[in-house]
Amino acid sequence: MARAATTVRSTGRSSAARARTVAGPDHGVAPGLHGCRTDFPILSRTFHGKPLIYLDSAATSQKPRQVIDAEADFYLRLNANVHRGVYALSEEATEAYEAARARVAQFIHAKDPDEIVFVRGTTEAINLVAGGMARGQLSKGDRVVSTEMEHHSNIVPWHLLTQLPGIKLDFVGITDDGRLRQDDLERLVVRGTKLFTFTHVSNVLGTVNPVRELAQRAHDAGALALVDAAQSAPHLPLDVQEMGADFVAFSGHKVLGPTGIGVLWGRKELLNRLPPYMGGGEMIRDVGKDDITYKDPPLRFEAGTPNIAGAVVLSRALDYLSRVGWDDLRSWEFELLRDAHRKLTDAFGDDITIYGPPPGKDREAVLSFSLKGAHPHDVATLLDAEGVAVRAGHHCAQLIMKRYGVPAMTRASYYLYNSTSDTDRLVEALRKVHALLSR
Amino acid sequence: MAWDMYQERILDHYKRPRNFGHLDHPSLSGSESNPLCGDHITVELLLDPEKGTIQDVRFNGDGCAISVASASMLTSKIKGQRLADVAQTRRQDLEKMLSIPLSPVRIKCALTSLRALAEALSTTKSPMVVSESGGADTEPAGDATASRSPP
Repeated sequence: MARAATTVRSTGRSSAARARTVAGPDHGVAPGLHGCRTDFPILSRTFHGKPLIYLDSAATSQKPRQVIDAEADFYLRLNANVHRGVYALSEEATEAYEAARARVAQFIHAKDPDEIVFVRGTTEAINLVAGGMARGQLSKGDRVVSTEMEHHSNIVPWHLLTQLPGIKLDFVGITDDGRLRQDDLERLVVRGTKLFTFTHVSNVLGTVNPVRELAQRAHDAGALALVDAAQSAPHLPLDVQEMGADFVAFSGHKVLGPTGIGVLWGRKELLNRLPPYMGGGEMIRDVGKDDITYKDPPLRFEAGTPNIAGAVVLSRALDYLSRVGWDDLRSWEFELLRDAHRKLTDAFGDDITIYGPPPGKDREAVLSFSLKGAHPHDVATLLDAEGVAVRAGHHCAQLIMKRYGVPAMTRASYYLYNSTSDTDRLVEALRKVHALLSR
Repeated sequence: MAWDMYQERILDHYKRPRNFGHLDHPSLSGSESNPLCGDHITVELLLDPEKGTIQDVRFNGDGCAISVASASMLTSKIKGQRLADVAQTRRQDLEKMLSIPLSPVRIKCALTSLRALAEALSTTKSPMVVSESGGADTEPAGDATASRSPP
């Protein structure tokens, strides 16, 4: 059974046990939070003869055995199409699928499971809203406001909308220390704005944006607020009531779940008004040659056979994350961030630029940096040779690259299975790279 | 394996790239970006129309060690050469010049300068074709079009 789960349960009862397991993320063996690293079989792989240090969780998280087993279990016991068959197996599959919807609703504190639309991922969720709005919900002169901090998935769908006549797209800029510019917010999120769409946590800078405040600003301007929660769902407890936004999107694969499943949450009355995004089976009430009536949300937006296994397994991933506990995860990750920020700065001084806000309450354990004289592509290649997996490139956020005047950055991103000793490996490998490449 | 890529020769061209900068009045120029890593290389050529040679060459832009070293070596090689001969340059020639183990991802870096050069030559009588990544060869085009044989 879940090692993390049993550990967490015991730590819930005994503060001594808690102190022992949460004590320090800096053991030599790098066990991860509550020793959870052993729950992730892939982390026992070696590359180039060295144990894998996985520092790319902002791209995708690794999966615990409990999630991998749940995927097999679905196909071993539960597989059938949903919302169709009258036979018992199909009813069980439908029940599991709808239970997963209810679990997601509970996870993000949605009022009603019907506010949960299963999609492929954050990208599809945002496209669903953009596509729906494109169908008759925007008129000439309307404005959509995004930010320079966004992943391309929260830029390109809105850019496509500007092909409609008279639709304007504006971007809130970023300050030198990686926060949204207050003056731009005041200037751009004003009357005439139909939607303000922004990321909760930046996949490059690690910035945690003040969602509630931004959503309120959108509403004050008469606009809707969409939150890209792809990078926050794995690390912060999401409460859509508290956030105050109108749409929230996230991906399963970043929260320990499988790829190909994601979530769009929308306020019921808004989803009811939104026209369908894709047509097909399962989303219709009645089809005639001239007239089609659609089902109510969420099924209106789930044309075709959905990713049934993905939804069910996602709910198991959320269970795993809940058992770990947000408080422990938050403090573990903050320690990882603080430690990495300090070690990198100590090791490379003026030769390293770490982007984004300094370690603090509004910063997640995502560290994008430039090492003087070393191109990120070379850095990542050489780190890989040392078993350290980091990302190099523009991270699907070219507006951020342009803002800081670099073609690419190297990014180390952390999760519950990382320990501070992983940063030691990173720094040690970076020292070799720096010695080799600096001019 | 990856460390083998960064041989002294490569690092030398990376840290002190030859022909880096701009020409005052280039006759031709071509650019290539690698969207994966955000790299961008521009190659500028000064032609000697009498001799049909490349009188001078510069490159500029942003790139990793492999793409900068590759551009530095390529521009050194083509300086003074006849345009028609330069157009025959194939990706294998470049790989031979670099002589380092390159993964499919890093071959793209190595080819950035060659593609920029190909773009610079695209409007001349000696165009150059750089094959997409993969096994395919870089077939010289132009005069050789007729002689191109099926694989």
